[in-house]
Amino acid sequence: MSESSATPRKNYVRPLDIKHGQVDMAHGAGGRAMAQLIEELFARHLGNEYLAQGDDGALLPAQGEGRLVMATDSHVVSPLFFPGGDIGCLSVHGTINDVAMMGAKPLWLSAGFILEEGFKLADLARIVQSMAAAAKEAGVPVVTGDTKVVERGKGDGVFITTTGVGVVAPGQALSGRSARPGDVILISGTLGDHGMAIMAERESLGFESPIVSDTAALHGLIAAMRASGADIHVLRDPTRGGLATTLNEIARQSGVGMMLQEKALPVNPAVNAACEFLGLDPLYVANEGKLVAICAENDAEKLLTAMRAHPLGGQSAIIGTVHEDAHHFVQMTTAFGGKRIVDWLSGEQLPRIC
Amino acid sequence: MKYIDEFRDGEVAKGLAEAIRREANPARNYHFMEFCGGHTHAISRYGVSDLLPANVKMIHGPGCPVCVLPIGRVDQAIRLAVEQGVMLCTYGDCLRVPASDGLSLMKAKARGGDIRMVYSSADAVLLAQKNPDKQVVFFAIGFETTTPPTAVAIKQAAALGLKNFSVLCCHVLTPSAISSILESPEVRQWGTVPLDGFIGPAHVSTIIGSRPYEFFAEEYRKPVVIAGFEPLDVMQAIKMLIRQVNEGRAEVENEFSRAVDRDGNKKAQQLVADVFEMRKHFEWRGLNVLPYSALRIRSQFAEFDAEKRFPLGYASVPDHKACECGAILRGVKRPQDCKIFGTVCTPENPVGSCMVSSEGACAAHYTYGRYKDV
Repeated sequence: MSESSATPRKNYVRPLDIKHGQVDMAHGAGGRAMAQLIEELFARHLGNEYLAQGDDGALLPAQGEGRLVMATDSHVVSPLFFPGGDIGCLSVHGTINDVAMMGAKPLWLSAGFILEEGFKLADLARIVQSMAAAAKEAGVPVVTGDTKVVERGKGDGVFITTTGVGVVAPGQALSGRSARPGDVILISGTLGDHGMAIMAERESLGFESPIVSDTAALHGLIAAMRASGADIHVLRDPTRGGLATTLNEIARQSGVGMMLQEKALPVNPAVNAACEFLGLDPLYVANEGKLVAICAENDAEKLLTAMRAHPLGGQSAIIGTVHEDAHHFVQMTTAFGGKRIVDWLSGEQLPRIC
Repeated sequence: MKYIDEFRDGEVAKGLAEAIRREANPARNYHFMEFCGGHTHAISRYGVSDLLPANVKMIHGPGCPVCVLPIGRVDQAIRLAVEQGVMLCTYGDCLRVPASDGLSLMKAKARGGDIRMVYSSADAVLLAQKNPDKQVVFFAIGFETTTPPTAVAIKQAAALGLKNFSVLCCHVLTPSAISSILESPEVRQWGTVPLDGFIGPAHVSTIIGSRPYEFFAEEYRKPVVIAGFEPLDVMQAIKMLIRQVNEGRAEVENEFSRAVDRDGNKKAQQLVADVFEMRKHFEWRGLNVLPYSALRIRSQFAEFDAEKRFPLGYASVPDHKACECGAILRGVKRPQDCKIFGTVCTPENPVGSCMVSSEGACAAHYTYGRYKDV
């Protein structure tokens, strides 16, 4: 035995081979490999004083008089990487937005990973780094987490569940039950960018103008909207099911009807063209960086001005009004001057035959 | 969008609506059938009916390829996937069509059937090339518009020598359906169809031209205007139909001259003739069995015919007894006249054919227009 090999090695455990390695079952078994994955990948990128506590949960400081808001969301997007983002930043933005739409200031996130055996560590590293960047930019750290590995073929690479905790100041809580007849409906930008970016990538449709996801954390925009002093009654992010589904949910929760103006709906021309091509309606296509705001009629212009002044609300628009309706119909005056219902989506939107 | 927004201009629509009002004789009623689901969808989605005078009524016809697909055919596709273990490929909107035993292709997929949504018949051929160990069947449905691409797929599979590709051919023909509306025994049973003219399907006519409709105009004295699927196209066609009725003419006119001529696409017609021949009988959902109304694969391409490759007996499955689709597809009744409309039969749980696709008459009224019923 040579002298050098007898010397205790400082780093006896070989570091993760991010470049060539793959997730294997040991990464979810609770042993050294899992500890290593957490330490060298998750903690390295997502690290902060709470995550560093290393316990099963995070001990968090009290937040004065405010009430806590918690929201959770699971992310199973395919493909994992798409123009404008990936499952990592999406999982951070989505949950921050869910907390923020309640009128709360998002404070902390948890992240649960379900990894599939054989998943490339390099791809996982890209995802975690993207999460870290999104969490840092949003100022909302990931303070606790969990990892499981499932056998090859039993997952889709990686699933991420994030839970967000936030605090809402007294009198600031928002609910989908608060829309009132006479209120005005606003949207913070163009419709359908995320869903169409995913679909174009998934189906390799290769449109001439690449469509980019709008994934973004919206609590900064909401803070700016709040600062305007406008009397905001409802906030909601129109994710899966798009604007149409979100408005139907609010209409039912609040027991009201709504009337949209088709001409006022902002839609990116490339998204519009892609929807036209596939026979889809941008009203039903998912968004990940947009919000619907419903506010008192007199404050609508003030709120619109505040939204447009924020980088994430530059294309904000007033799109409709709330009225009394026992049937809770969401209707729309078409660009054509006619009227139609904007109904709940039935099942999935599927491309039509001809 | 260039070439699209021009046909959705609200200001032009107002002018056209005014012209229709001027054209329509207030002393009479006009009933026009838009044969194609694309027109039904445009009328509902853009609220075109709201712009028409009360004496001009639009009747939704049977021209939705998904709606007229009989349950027995979907059952065959499901059996192929579930019992024969084939990779079944089809267009997206076929997936939700209800079949027997509470199934649909989508539900059969959830039960383990290898069912793939494709955007074109060429994608199905590609899947067959990529999966040589699997039998790949393309479930081909649709009117004359989608038939040429299926012919191309079969010819391509033949050229490639593919042994694992076949087509379950359910392509149907527009003129037969129109004949059925005008002269089937059910019309006598349900009463006279109050039809003053037809809006002809644009996409179909890009293939077959406007000539096949001349027979209807002459034989039945019904004007036909071939029209595009944009709302302004539909309104222009209505105006042209009103004028024909007022002048006592019954001719085929072509509003969609930007893409349709009298003879159609001869290359596509030849492709279809090379690969397909007429079926003597074919069942349509809601319209029963219609003679010479569908296509089958010619014997020289028999190896690509799923009906010959697999044991697929056809069994007709009747619609729900209370379903009024037969009368609705012929324009004798309106969706809201059906007892199960919006209660038992909804887009989430379609019972009858007209509720199946968003282009069906019932689904269009439920989705876009039911506020008018309350």
